[in-house]
Amino acid sequence: MKKIEAIIKPFKLEEVKDALADLGIEGMTVSEVKGFGRQKGHTEIYRGSEYTVDFLPKIKIEVVIADDVAEKATAAIVKAAKTGKIGDGKVFISAVEEAIRIRTDETGDKAV
Amino acid sequence: MSGPPGSGEFWPPPGAMPPVPHLTIGHLARRLLLCADRQLAYPRGVPGRDAAGLQVRTTNIQFMNMTKKTRWGFWSLVVAVSLIAALPVQAQESVTAVTEAVAVTTDEGTVTEAVTVAVEEAAPSDGPSLEDRVADIEAYFNNVDRPSGDASKIKVPGPGHNAWQMISTALVLFMTLPGLALFYGGLVRSKNVLSVLAMCLGVAGLVTILWWAVGYSLTFSGGNAFIGDTAQRFFTGMAPGNVGAGYYWISDYMWAMFQLSFAIITPALIFGATAERMKFSAVLLFTAIWMFVVYFPLAHMVWAVNGFMCGPLNADAGIKAIDFAGGTVVHMSSGWSALVLCMILGPRLGFGKVPMPPHSMVLVMIGTGMLFVGWFGFNAGSALGSDALSSNAFATTLLAAMTAGFVWGMLEWVLRGKPSVLGFCSGIVAGLVTITPGAGFVTPTSAVIMGVLGGIVPFLAVVYLKKALGYDDALDTFGIHAVGGTLGAILTGVFADPAVNGVLSSMNLMDGLVMNQLKACALTIVLSVVATAIIALIVKFTIGLRPTQDEEREGLDTVDHGEEGYILE
Repeated sequence: MKKIEAIIKPFKLEEVKDALADLGIEGMTVSEVKGFGRQKGHTEIYRGSEYTVDFLPKIKIEVVIADDVAEKATAAIVKAAKTGKIGDGKVFISAVEEAIRIRTDETGDKAV
Repeated sequence: MSGPPGSGEFWPPPGAMPPVPHLTIGHLARRLLLCADRQLAYPRGVPGRDAAGLQVRTTNIQFMNMTKKTRWGFWSLVVAVSLIAALPVQAQESVTAVTEAVAVTTDEGTVTEAVTVAVEEAAPSDGPSLEDRVADIEAYFNNVDRPSGDASKIKVPGPGHNAWQMISTALVLFMTLPGLALFYGGLVRSKNVLSVLAMCLGVAGLVTILWWAVGYSLTFSGGNAFIGDTAQRFFTGMAPGNVGAGYYWISDYMWAMFQLSFAIITPALIFGATAERMKFSAVLLFTAIWMFVVYFPLAHMVWAVNGFMCGPLNADAGIKAIDFAGGTVVHMSSGWSALVLCMILGPRLGFGKVPMPPHSMVLVMIGTGMLFVGWFGFNAGSALGSDALSSNAFATTLLAAMTAGFVWGMLEWVLRGKPSVLGFCSGIVAGLVTITPGAGFVTPTSAVIMGVLGGIVPFLAVVYLKKALGYDDALDTFGIHAVGGTLGAILTGVFADPAVNGVLSSMNLMDGLVMNQLKACALTIVLSVVATAIIALIVKFTIGLRPTQDEEREGLDTVDHGEEGYILE
């Protein structure tokens, strides 16, 4: 099993979710995060005090899937989340040791 | 020689019986006091049970547990308050509003002559004549003194004027709770928002008690040119139906309450400069002392009939200055005190390196709106009546404030690239502060000019002066209130118009007015600065001003008040 962590621009969430659903991947975990890579932040001014806000809001999607679907899923995410502009985000793929469905105690590929 | 009873000798023999314990009042009092003191000293925790099931007191949360220093301070305060209360009351007849029904006698038989003759014959031998009574009613409409004086049949407050006074008082209280609370609350970080709200609530409560106890009396009752006496402590001798303490047609109670609302907001303004790094206990102690040393004397000097700086009421005033609604008393005193206090306090941890933007500009704007609306009570209510003068004050307030807000926003647009909500809000408050001393003395056009300057000069102070001098005036109390108040006081001298307010000519105030305003500013600044420095150092070296570094990082809400402002699930 592989875990795909994708950090994407927040407004791309619906597109990525639909792209994964088209492949039959229904479950995912989504969190709101802040971060930056090469994209610059913005400056705010309050009564003459300037603050540079470095951190930009992003969305992190975590999906755990079977090995055979991993490549297709990754490609789908990258295609859906791409805008071509700086700040599109990154995808990380790691190996998962075990997965268990809590309701039925199923393990392995049956659990994802 | 000793022997049994009846023998004529001492019985029981001296030394045979144990001595009877002395239970004099002094001994009882001493035991009571020591017992009370011990109750304060012991730590009290929350009862619970430990692992073995034994009942213990958990001491994570300790209250009481006062140190010796704190207990000395507490008992000193008790003694001081008792002494004030025990001061001999000056003989004062209590004035009760009495309306006597004066029977008007008429001639026997029908009146066939002209009405004027009948009126003459119908005039009672005692009490005011019909013409005097009509003149009294006209005086109500014109908001001037009753021609009948003490004999008037309408000694009570005039309904319209008094109603406006009541609304004004409520509006000024609204400025503090919650106007200023939200304005300042939105400007601090979210971990400190409740500390600002608590400051407003605590200061309001403390000042109210002090005002009722002795503050009102020290400010407005008799005394000399610099401070009043304590004859009216606990509102002795006052009655709701009495008039004249403030003006001819408003209740004495409303005068006291209106002035109380001013006394409440003044110290609350100071702590804008010290936000996020001053202990709640230090806030209250500082306020208590500051009111006695700065506010009561200053308000007395500027607004009491025998005040040293009260040009409109005191023909013998040392400085014939004018201050319509408190540019010197409220804004200059709080602003300059704030500067000194924040310098002695020191900057916030991480100031200059860690970003500390306002946590909620929405709250700031809401607070600004409340301050603005409430300020109509502050300025127009200071006319002490619902008449032409209060209408003038209302108009000048609205024009100056709105102009200053707009100018500040436009200045930001030009100089900094974008007009900000904080800029508009700050400009509005700065304009309100600037027009405060002159609301009932200048024309609407002058008010617009004052608004333009009120938008520019405080802007420069806040944006450039603060950075140049490097002090951490967290919420810009100095930049807006001190600078705006000083500017307004001087501009009031420049733009004061006798056509707007007749007292300027009747009390001969126009001569050398600008110089008098400058003198008044100087006295206010010196008093505020020197007194605040001393009080701040007293507080610093008794109970301390700042929380510990860890407490400051954690946030004053949890440390001082045990609460969180936002619990967002």
